[in-house]
Amino acid sequence: MGKSREALLSPIFNQNPIALQILGICSALAVTSKLETAVTMCFAVIFVTAFSGASVSLIRNHIPSSIRIIVQMTIIASLVIVVDQFLKAYAFDMSKQLSVFVGLIITNCIVMGRAEAFAMKEGVGLSFLDGVGNGLGYSIILLVVGVIRELFGSGQLFGQEILAMASTGGWYVPNGLLLLPPSAFFIIGGFIWVLRSFKTEQIEEEG
Amino acid sequence: MAFSVCVVFSVLVSTAAVTLRPIQEINKLLDKKKNILQAAGLMQEGKSVDDLFAAVEAKVVDLASGEYVAELDPETYEQREAVKDPSLSVEISGGALAGIKRRAKYAPVYLVAGKAGVDRVILPVHGKGLWSTLYGFIALDAKDMSTIKGLVFYEHAETPGLGGEVDNPNWKALWNGKMAFGAKGDVRIEVIRGSVVPGRPGSQHQVDGLSGATITSRGVSGLLKYWLGPKGFGPYLDKMRT
Repeated sequence: MGKSREALLSPIFNQNPIALQILGICSALAVTSKLETAVTMCFAVIFVTAFSGASVSLIRNHIPSSIRIIVQMTIIASLVIVVDQFLKAYAFDMSKQLSVFVGLIITNCIVMGRAEAFAMKEGVGLSFLDGVGNGLGYSIILLVVGVIRELFGSGQLFGQEILAMASTGGWYVPNGLLLLPPSAFFIIGGFIWVLRSFKTEQIEEEG
Repeated sequence: MAFSVCVVFSVLVSTAAVTLRPIQEINKLLDKKKNILQAAGLMQEGKSVDDLFAAVEAKVVDLASGEYVAELDPETYEQREAVKDPSLSVEISGGALAGIKRRAKYAPVYLVAGKAGVDRVILPVHGKGLWSTLYGFIALDAKDMSTIKGLVFYEHAETPGLGGEVDNPNWKALWNGKMAFGAKGDVRIEVIRGSVVPGRPGSQHQVDGLSGATITSRGVSGLLKYWLGPKGFGPYLDKMRT
């Protein structure tokens, strides 16, 4: 029990894929200007990391080591295409906004990294939980960044107005920088700083 | 081993793609209709898009002559696909205005029926902004074929918050009632820098610029000049006026 708990929960803060391993930040910049797209992206990534972990783990003892990366890529790419097709069918407006970034989950280093580092060694159930955990770790950063960017960049959360905008007669003058991708860098940087002030063991040694 | 992985996952992917295709096609068509209705200002909350679209008649126009083309079915004719087909498109020189190199020979138009005949005419337009090609629809009043009733872009990849403000409802509302053509029939409509001063000569042809998005604003002016001009829908609009 302790092991599965750890597989699921440690990636959220202790081994966060974005904050500690600095993987998968490309999509964290791209889809977080609105919370709605960030949430959809989170579900898509959790689905892909969980099932790719389980599938890779299921056949881990039969994969010839010389072609293991290609086999992992095949699995990941197939799962991503399935997610993309589902979004196009049942959440068309959302898939239009996410555009290429759903497809780019294939190249998200988190998915590949967990398949190679964890699922190739551990059992199916554990790999599944590890996938969910890493998906959640990715999600928490996306949600934090998404909330800050949408709230202060356009005065809204989930498209609902929270801060009355100056352009419609309110008082809030939005910060345009937050709508641009570089702002996500600053927010992720701030998040890592806060996280490492609490968890000092994450600080890398200099030198 | 590798073979069975390939078989299993190719079956998975193709099943998903094939079974979901019909729903995706419906979504695409619905999305297009929704944009046309938005340009026409006919979109109402709580009413089905298909019901509202019943008032709209689609036709295909030969841009060079301005005549309707009966052979092409507006339901299936795809202007964007036709641009890639050499037999259905032409190279254009005056396209520098809209930033495009080829355009389709034929374009769909949408006629919205009112109480007495055609009320509004909706034309598809597209052209380059800063990062992307903007695709949209412009609605003109059928009485004079000059008064703009609405302009929407349904696809673009301009900077959110800057050029992306072409989607801002407040900015889109500025277009309503503007005059696309001057007294001599020349295309006068443009997005200016800064704000329009009401009452100044020519202000009926001007729309506020998007702050921080000079190139997108210029792109919108350019694409309207091209598509409403003599090389775009000009011949068709002349026919409609007489």
